[in-house]
Amino acid sequence: MRHIISVLMENEPGALSRVVGLFSQRNYNIDSLTVAPTEDQSLSRLTLTTSGDDARIEQITKHLNKLVDVVKLVDLTEGAHIERELMLIKVKAVGAQRAEVKRTVDIFRGQVVDLTASVFTIQLTGAGDKLDAFIAALGDNVVLEVARTGVSGIARGEKTLAL
Amino acid sequence: MEQLSGGEALIRALQDEGVEFLFGYPGGAVLHIYDALFRQDHVEHILVRHEQAATHAADGYARATGKPGVVLVTSGPGATNAVTGIATAYMDSIPMVVISGQVESRLIGSDGFQETDMVGVSRPIVKHSFMVQNAADIPKTIKKAFHIATSGRPGPVVIDVPKDVTDPKVKFDYEYPKEIKLRSYQVPSRGHSGQIKKAVEALLGAKCPMIYTGGGVIQGEGCDELIELTRKLGYPITNTLMGLGAYPSTDQQFLGMLGMHGTYEANMAMHYCDVLLAVGARFDDRVTNSDTSKFCPDATILHVDIDPAAISKTVTADVPIVGPVKAVLLEMINQVEKSEQQVDAGALEIWWKQIEKWRERQCLAVTPSVDGTIKPQQAVQALYDITEGDAFISSDVGQHQMFAAQYYGFDKPRRWINSGGLGTMGFGFPAAMGVQFAYPDALSVCVTGEGSFMMNQQEFATCMQYGLPIKIVCLNNEALGMVKQWQDMQYGGRYSHSTYSESLPDFIKLAEAYGHVGVRIEKYDDLHSKLKAALAMKDKLVFIDILVDPSEHVYPMAIKGGAMKDMVLSKTERT
Repeated sequence: MRHIISVLMENEPGALSRVVGLFSQRNYNIDSLTVAPTEDQSLSRLTLTTSGDDARIEQITKHLNKLVDVVKLVDLTEGAHIERELMLIKVKAVGAQRAEVKRTVDIFRGQVVDLTASVFTIQLTGAGDKLDAFIAALGDNVVLEVARTGVSGIARGEKTLAL
Repeated sequence: MEQLSGGEALIRALQDEGVEFLFGYPGGAVLHIYDALFRQDHVEHILVRHEQAATHAADGYARATGKPGVVLVTSGPGATNAVTGIATAYMDSIPMVVISGQVESRLIGSDGFQETDMVGVSRPIVKHSFMVQNAADIPKTIKKAFHIATSGRPGPVVIDVPKDVTDPKVKFDYEYPKEIKLRSYQVPSRGHSGQIKKAVEALLGAKCPMIYTGGGVIQGEGCDELIELTRKLGYPITNTLMGLGAYPSTDQQFLGMLGMHGTYEANMAMHYCDVLLAVGARFDDRVTNSDTSKFCPDATILHVDIDPAAISKTVTADVPIVGPVKAVLLEMINQVEKSEQQVDAGALEIWWKQIEKWRERQCLAVTPSVDGTIKPQQAVQALYDITEGDAFISSDVGQHQMFAAQYYGFDKPRRWINSGGLGTMGFGFPAAMGVQFAYPDALSVCVTGEGSFMMNQQEFATCMQYGLPIKIVCLNNEALGMVKQWQDMQYGGRYSHSTYSESLPDFIKLAEAYGHVGVRIEKYDDLHSKLKAALAMKDKLVFIDILVDPSEHVYPMAIKGGAMKDMVLSKTERT
């Protein structure tokens, strides 16, 4: 099963490599990874998606917790949560295609953020499967380049991941 | 406040941490530190002949004393040579602080002379690591390193120190922190009482109980509590390779070591138990055998460990208890005493009768050779008899290690010093040096094989320099015995690169070249007297070259893919 794990860690050199290294060292996989400082400059928040059975996920969270740089973590998929990913996508758009692409963008509530005579650059936010669906809707021969941020997430309601 | 340079501060911090010995080897990147070392006499530096030996010696010191071993090496090759020793300590959870020099900050990343990304290279084999950015950070970094290395589940910590950080011209106000708090690193101080209660109920309700303990009981200083609990319950107990000495081997309740080369009775009792109390042990594959689904099929598993990640890693625990073994065992004793539930004496008697039947098999009985050739087991038995089981035994890795574990009974913790997790050949000799530095008057014996010994034989020179009277008991079978045993059993006796008898050195002459003593023992009739005489040479390092039967195998041996009850008992018998 797919899990989204959010980690608060010391904003120290080497902290990220310890997290990533742990995954390769113990043969766990990372499907996506996103990391940035938080409102507290001494902390970074790292969110990753991984998959595995319960025993494997338990080991992953335990080993992450063991890392000295890791302050706190949460498996967001254990509860109600909001999941978002941002995608910038460059597509071919000439002639009649331009209107067609624009319509698809509107349906998916995306935005055209840059354009040339033959290319649209579109920004789209949502859960991963929405971004996948958008790419599928455009069709293979239209897409020129895709840049996705990886999943970020937060728990619903009052629950927080903070010190 | 005193003004110190980074190099001086580093050595002063080690003093403030109470470090007695620093095992190391100088080089360009650590010259400022070595100069500071020269100008003080609190920390004694031990000059080894290879950085790997520095880490193993520090490791041996740590295992024998419980105090952290400390190492100082230079950048690049100095640091990479230390890697095997760091990995050895990591696998066996040994407290160690390794200070490695690094090229000047401005050169980092430029492929400078003797530059290695030591923090990167060592990352998977350390508990934590630091790269010091400023001289003023040295005191708190050292404090943090020792705190992390020695608390919780111990392990090695690397501190990488760029040369400019130790510059003698740059001084700062030195103050060693009394305490250090890390918001991201907390160690449990006790176990969960509710979980302990559940475990005690299961234990007292057992019909066929078994206690299985590992190195964690020794590291966690929980041996007295383990003995008290075990005796109070009257249950059978086994120790892992790493846990030998935690429970007295001469006690009736002790079934010997378990696992791949464990005793028949220990492995059978494991397989057929209905409640298993595991303490400070990690269900390693050398214990459980390869297929964990066949492991202890009927047992309720109670697992005590300070490391939550060790619990349910390979075998799912029914009652997990995270906490320091000493505190958890104490609470178990209290709860057993207060409980209205009693041990099921009738069931226990039947269980012990069964165990005695398994014991009657005498799986470790040695058949003497007809022609007087020494069996390796006999050599270890003789060593045990002569030293009355009271020596510090360091070992290398291979058949001799298993023979030492099986035939030298340990009645006290911290007497058995071996590389269990990583299985590092070359560990034993330098580890025995660390033991001898810690206890100058004790008998520090290295039980080794000629293959392992040759991996760090350069340390003869270190022993000469410091006058270390180590006794090296070399079970010489002129081959890589354990490799050869597997080749016998699984590869049709094709000895691919496991023999070298035509090219072995004369170990007697080699020892003598360094001013040591060499003794060769070739016949069983001479074994006891010659070994006794050699061990009696108090002030000398003696290399005791014992020619043993090269065809001997280590038994019992677990059958791959089987359960713990599935063992090869001799060249012709299986369970």
